[in-house]
Amino acid sequence: MKFIEDIFNKLRPDFEKGGKFEFFYPLFEAKETFLFIPAHRTKSGAHIRDAMDSKRLMSTVIVALIPPLLLGIFNVGYQYLKAAGQPIEFISAMLLGLRYVLPIIIVSYAVGGVWELIFAVTRKHEINEGFLVTGLLFPLTLPPTIPLWQVAVGISFGVVIGKEVFGGTGMNVFNPALVGRAFLFFAYPAQISGDKVWTVTKVDGFSGATPLLVASDHQSDSVISAIQSYGIEAGLADFSLPNMFIGLIPGSIGETSAAASLIGCIILIATGIGSWTIMLSVALGGLAMTLGLNALAPNDASFLALPFHYHFVTGGFAFGLVYMATDPVSAAATSIGKWIYGFLIGAIAIIIRTLNPAYPEGMMLAILFMNAFAPLIDYLVIQKHIAWRMKRAKA
Amino acid sequence: MSNFSLKQGYDIQLNGESKKDIEPLPIPKLFGIKPNEFKGIKPKVVVKEGDLVQGGAPLFVSKDNPDHCFTSPVSGKIKEIKRGHKRVLELISIESDENNDQIKFKSHSPEVVSSLTRDELLPDLMKSGMLAVFRQRPFDNVADPLVKPRDIFVSTFDTAPLAPDSNLIVKDNESYFQAGLDVASRLTDGKVHLSINGKRNDVSPAFSQAKNVAIHQFSGKHPAGCIGVQIHHISPINGRHDVVWYTTVQGLISLGKFFINGTCPNDIVVSISGSAATDRKYFKTYLGANIESIVRGRTEGDSVRYISGNVLTGKKVDAIGFLGYYDSMITIVPEAITPEFVGWMRPGINKLSFYRSYLSSLMPGKKFSIDTRLNGGHRAFVTTGDYEKVLPMKIYPLFLIKSILAGDIEEMEKLGVYEITEEEIALCEFICPSKGNLQDIIRYGLNLIEKEG
Repeated sequence: MKFIEDIFNKLRPDFEKGGKFEFFYPLFEAKETFLFIPAHRTKSGAHIRDAMDSKRLMSTVIVALIPPLLLGIFNVGYQYLKAAGQPIEFISAMLLGLRYVLPIIIVSYAVGGVWELIFAVTRKHEINEGFLVTGLLFPLTLPPTIPLWQVAVGISFGVVIGKEVFGGTGMNVFNPALVGRAFLFFAYPAQISGDKVWTVTKVDGFSGATPLLVASDHQSDSVISAIQSYGIEAGLADFSLPNMFIGLIPGSIGETSAAASLIGCIILIATGIGSWTIMLSVALGGLAMTLGLNALAPNDASFLALPFHYHFVTGGFAFGLVYMATDPVSAAATSIGKWIYGFLIGAIAIIIRTLNPAYPEGMMLAILFMNAFAPLIDYLVIQKHIAWRMKRAKA
Repeated sequence: MSNFSLKQGYDIQLNGESKKDIEPLPIPKLFGIKPNEFKGIKPKVVVKEGDLVQGGAPLFVSKDNPDHCFTSPVSGKIKEIKRGHKRVLELISIESDENNDQIKFKSHSPEVVSSLTRDELLPDLMKSGMLAVFRQRPFDNVADPLVKPRDIFVSTFDTAPLAPDSNLIVKDNESYFQAGLDVASRLTDGKVHLSINGKRNDVSPAFSQAKNVAIHQFSGKHPAGCIGVQIHHISPINGRHDVVWYTTVQGLISLGKFFINGTCPNDIVVSISGSAATDRKYFKTYLGANIESIVRGRTEGDSVRYISGNVLTGKKVDAIGFLGYYDSMITIVPEAITPEFVGWMRPGINKLSFYRSYLSSLMPGKKFSIDTRLNGGHRAFVTTGDYEKVLPMKIYPLFLIKSILAGDIEEMEKLGVYEITEEEIALCEFICPSKGNLQDIIRYGLNLIEKEG
């Protein structure tokens, strides 16, 4: 790899201070550190450093995103073939899925990447690798039918308003990917909600609701049987519990499979990158709130009567729990704070789902809501800590 | 005896441990004292280049208290008084006459030592420069003779990577060590707290059966051996004026020798360790000895870094530099030279990491030979909750760091800045994926407080 090294060494003076491309140093730095761990030596403090850096950190999250990504791609093709009444083959489903999902991901990375670069260059800092995660998380939260220009607008809003206006990576209050999604959700609701957008299809007038939509609006005696029987009649969907767990149902690209998210969850916890505290507390919060609402449900037909395992496998609950709630920048930073933060996300997500008929999916809003409160939670935890210090000093 | 079992921490597994064997070295030709190692004093030089000095003769004194001296370790000629930026005094080097001629101070029998009063001890401690074996917290300044410390703390074990074994250092010096403890106990109205390693069952009786002290047992990974962590658990520092002193095993041995023999002892034991060192063992050498006299012929590789101290908190020194006054080890590690192609994408069998994202985490007990690579670029703080895993103190390191970056002194005080120094935060710095310079930040915060208020 000596020749690549030589190229970089030759180009370096042009990009460093005083060079003709000084302006684009962040781009040079990003490419160089992508290919090499440079021999930059420690200058002060600890003489040796951990092998973990932000590239490794973010790429581990990317690896954890691969299961929902692959399953999402397959599922887009699967739903297409199913709606068209064609036989389902693995290869053709994957190819169809790629045909629709890949452009969305490419647009997300390309447009978001340009914004990253613009801010890195004008602010004169390195390109932060966190965008690699945002750029993939965002498309996975979108329906496969999303117009590409909306992807571009959404990621732009997410990166610029969600992150850069707060000062860039590490300073943002909200998760940028969710800010982008929330923007699209409120600005262009027709393309991101309802029963027409979750399946890519050429069949005219096709409608394919998500299980949550069914649960919020049905005529059956029991909410469970309403979900389970929904697709069966039309032969279009199978909302059985195992099928919803695996994720072969209509929905946003990456969120349909609780199973894939759980594999990602295992990767994140095993490597110590994702906070298990937050994941567990989101689940506990959701469970506690569901049990409470189950007790309040007037009858079995009510959305309130839906048991927790249904909530877990439908919509973005599992995906949000594993990948969104755990974003360390927008989450609470103290360990007690993480328990409170996660618990409230789970609880609020269920409240929004069941008590607010306008939004059958509550995970995104719950996480954004708690993002806003995370600094307050930390503040209270820190104040408590300071009070303990004061008390200790007097003792 | 109280027991503390600390859960948080991390032992960095490095190759290059020293053999438990002490080799005496001849007295070196060149010595150096670095005045900026004695934090908190404004040094005023009292010698000129070319002057002849005896061991124990003052080289410089504190501007605020001219009786508080810092002395020459050996007899010889002042070779150079080196000043740096803004005329800050950087180095006083002494060419040894190889006679090791020492000024005589009062000597005492061991029994008498334990009955001397603080007022009887202090004048000799200040005049001989021996007071410098004590440092104080908060701030990690050299002990101020005008302050009576609440307590005095001693850690008898070092958990830092490749740290020397104090059992070996105290061997044959047990009575001096106890005399040192006796002296320390006279300098405070409080207690002398002695911490011993709870993970070992062969702790030297000089430590486990020490008299005139309160003994505490600490078990845990690094930084369980750090004095700040121990103070936090035994009897925490509660404010700026809650001053405690601390010293080391070698410091106490020297102190004992000084009062019993009546001369400033200048012999110390230093270990050589690290993956770029050969002939790794312990050497009996001298305070302020030049590095080359110790490491010559004991390194391998073209480009190595000499560190006076351990890999986390030690100072980089040139071969022609000098051993730090408070250091009892020299670590030699390879410098990073060649870039590593797609390093961050590799499975990482040879990558040392606190996290579990490299394959090496599946090989517990494996030891690593790593170089001085930063392993990444400086980034904004992103992750949370990691620092806490390696800092066994009830403190919020990230919030403290941020309050320092914001220059908010009141907030720093509330968050416990007085309990922390570079030593305690160093492991957080090691594991930081954003490669923040946390030790510098902590020192910046402490300096800011000292300067402004």
